[in-house]
Amino acid sequence: MSAPSVELRSGPHIKGTRSVEQIMRHVVYSLLPICAFFIYQYGLSALASLIAVTAACLATERFFVGLGGQSGSLRDYSAVITGLLLALTLPPGFPMWMGAVAGFSAIALGKAIFGGIGHNIFNPALVGRAFVQAAFPTAIATYTPSFLSDRFVSFIPSTLAMPFMTPVDAAVWLHAEHLDALAGATPLARWKFEGVTAGAWDLLTSLSGHMAVGPAPGLILLCGIYLGVRRFLDWRIPIAIIGSACLTASGLYAWNPDHFPNPLFMLLSGGLVLGALYMATDMVTSPVTPRGMWLYGGVIGLLTVGIRYYGGLPEGVMYAILIGNAATPLIERITQPTAFGTVVKRKEKAS
Amino acid sequence: MRLLNFFRGETFARGVHPPQHKETAELPIRRLPFAPRLIVPLSQHVGRPARPLVQVGQEVVRGEPIAAAEGFISVPHHAPASGVIEAIRLHPTADGLWAESIIIRVHAASSQEVLWSRPRDLTQLDAEGLIHAVQDTGIVGLGGGVFPTHAKLRVPKQTVIDTLVVNGCECEPYLTSDYRIMVEHADDLVAGVRIARQLLGGPRAIIGVEDNKPAAVAAIKSLLPDDGSIRVEAVPTKYPQGAGEMLIKTLTGREVPPDSRSYQVGAYVQNVATLAGMGRLMPRGEGFIERVITVVGTAVERPGNYLVPLGTPLRFLLDYVGARDESIEVIFGGPMMGQAIASLDAPIIKGVAGILVFRGRDLPTQQTRKTYPCIKCGECIESCPMGLNPSTLGMLAVKREYESMADRYRLGACFECGSCTYVCPANIPLVQHFRIAKSVLRGRAS
Repeated sequence: MSAPSVELRSGPHIKGTRSVEQIMRHVVYSLLPICAFFIYQYGLSALASLIAVTAACLATERFFVGLGGQSGSLRDYSAVITGLLLALTLPPGFPMWMGAVAGFSAIALGKAIFGGIGHNIFNPALVGRAFVQAAFPTAIATYTPSFLSDRFVSFIPSTLAMPFMTPVDAAVWLHAEHLDALAGATPLARWKFEGVTAGAWDLLTSLSGHMAVGPAPGLILLCGIYLGVRRFLDWRIPIAIIGSACLTASGLYAWNPDHFPNPLFMLLSGGLVLGALYMATDMVTSPVTPRGMWLYGGVIGLLTVGIRYYGGLPEGVMYAILIGNAATPLIERITQPTAFGTVVKRKEKAS
Repeated sequence: MRLLNFFRGETFARGVHPPQHKETAELPIRRLPFAPRLIVPLSQHVGRPARPLVQVGQEVVRGEPIAAAEGFISVPHHAPASGVIEAIRLHPTADGLWAESIIIRVHAASSQEVLWSRPRDLTQLDAEGLIHAVQDTGIVGLGGGVFPTHAKLRVPKQTVIDTLVVNGCECEPYLTSDYRIMVEHADDLVAGVRIARQLLGGPRAIIGVEDNKPAAVAAIKSLLPDDGSIRVEAVPTKYPQGAGEMLIKTLTGREVPPDSRSYQVGAYVQNVATLAGMGRLMPRGEGFIERVITVVGTAVERPGNYLVPLGTPLRFLLDYVGARDESIEVIFGGPMMGQAIASLDAPIIKGVAGILVFRGRDLPTQQTRKTYPCIKCGECIESCPMGLNPSTLGMLAVKREYESMADRYRLGACFECGSCTYVCPANIPLVQHFRIAKSVLRGRAS
């Protein structure tokens, strides 16, 4: 027997199957039905927006990986997640070139300048959205109705706006489509500025009428539950956010039902469900400690409702999550896990 | 999984579920023949090395003491086979160091019969006499701790042990040697438990066996006395259930506080192989000269549970079981906490419960996979049986903030079970970082 060469490694000598790539890939899979629904709602423009934003994210990631010093690469799928999520938070008729700016700023300012995946402080998709919200305040507030009959044959005109040109005024186009200009307002905007609330079932499915909404919260919940069951996201965070938002909204509603809307409206409108399941659960920017996740989710839920009620903007999820991200190191510090043997056991197992 | 554990009954929190790979479970214990030369290192245990009792050229018979305990925290060694003392010299050992060893040239016709013994009536011995009888067997913690068993049995005065926790978990994947002992030698085990109870002042004894080994539970149950002084309990199969603190928690609900020993919560933990060894050897007055070892792995042609004479060179054993490949990794112990062996000349010693041999190309993906920065998924926190924060510890280790790891994040509580490293999707070598941190801190302290 010839002497075999002996390999030396430091244990453990076996390794679980879960990897960063696998986690990210499953998040992408779970986003696909949501994207499909978005396209079903808004047709060509939604498809164009998803492609433009995601392509911009991937190109930016590729560029920075090429420069070197980045911890991740295109192969980890994280840029795809950022792109798809970012596109889902933008209005479907958002000009493609602005979408590309959003994608670029998401990856460049949200992730690459920190050194890549694992090093960023804020959710990159929300950084991108915050950037374009400041840069293009009109475009980002311009929603259009869903389920227009010609959505699969023609674009919403603003989609094709030339770079650095002002997009066509949506009201003019909506008038040409024989639609009331107000049809373009989101349910949250209509509540905020007109005091009109939409029904919970309509919001949950997003299917009725021409509501200007994102993909159905019901579908997002289903996809998020898939991720939660497979443990690709931590279920504590969405439960904490939705629970805390629900408690806050219910409390206010109970206090003054005439002034504050039904809590179900709060939960199902705007980006709360998408934010709770897909944005706030971003592992890198949320607390790693189990108790910290509860606290973080609780803060985000509270802030979301607070901003919606008392802020100048109808929607508060983005800022709530960004504030939650910023608070994450502090939250982690005060929620370290309890070490084994440091809690006096109350009950003794009977023998 | 946590929900599942809720229905299965109480156990320690967190932990992991690696694939069990108990392929050798139903292979009965078989004897390994004697190697032409046996190498008995003087130090196979925690404590001072034993002192040789023999000279070069001297004839020894199987079972005869060849080295005596040097003080209380030390054990004697016995000749595993009849032969001639060829040399007493430095020889490579499993941890890569060379250590003083007695080398026996085994007689070609050496019998399997044990030719030396000093039988004693254990019922006539007082506690101190029993402790010395344990020491005379040369037995040490066979789960891998290799602390002299007699020294562990002498618990500090004023300590009341109310529970003898017998560890039959064998939670490491692949290993089945304790299982075979429980199935085939349950009588020895129960005898050993009786001796330990006698020594510890008669505490209740609970034999904890993971619930993936019902045959072991049944074999033990059939031999238990009716008075309920010894019980066997199936505990949830979860790594690291076989860690002393974890099994105490599962069986008694008590948590051993940091920097405390298990006797401080009234529990005494001993592994089944150790107690079965005591139960077999002490009435006969024999020494500990062979042990059951699971030999398995992708490079092994004839895996099994072998009764291996101590001192057998690893190379001889690998040849016997047909471990042939260009490139192999040999692990003493289980795949989670076991140690890779540098030299095939190393002898097999008392603390080796399993020998895993993997072909290089079958090795797990830890080395081939990309390592990311921590993505803070929290898997490590959800796996750490000690309730630590491996994520933060790992980041501090990279920055070499070792003092902060120890002072603020309880690095000292980590017993290096490897669960965090096993689960980490970013493939960060967490427990390896922790070992380095601990050894640096030990260096600074001394």
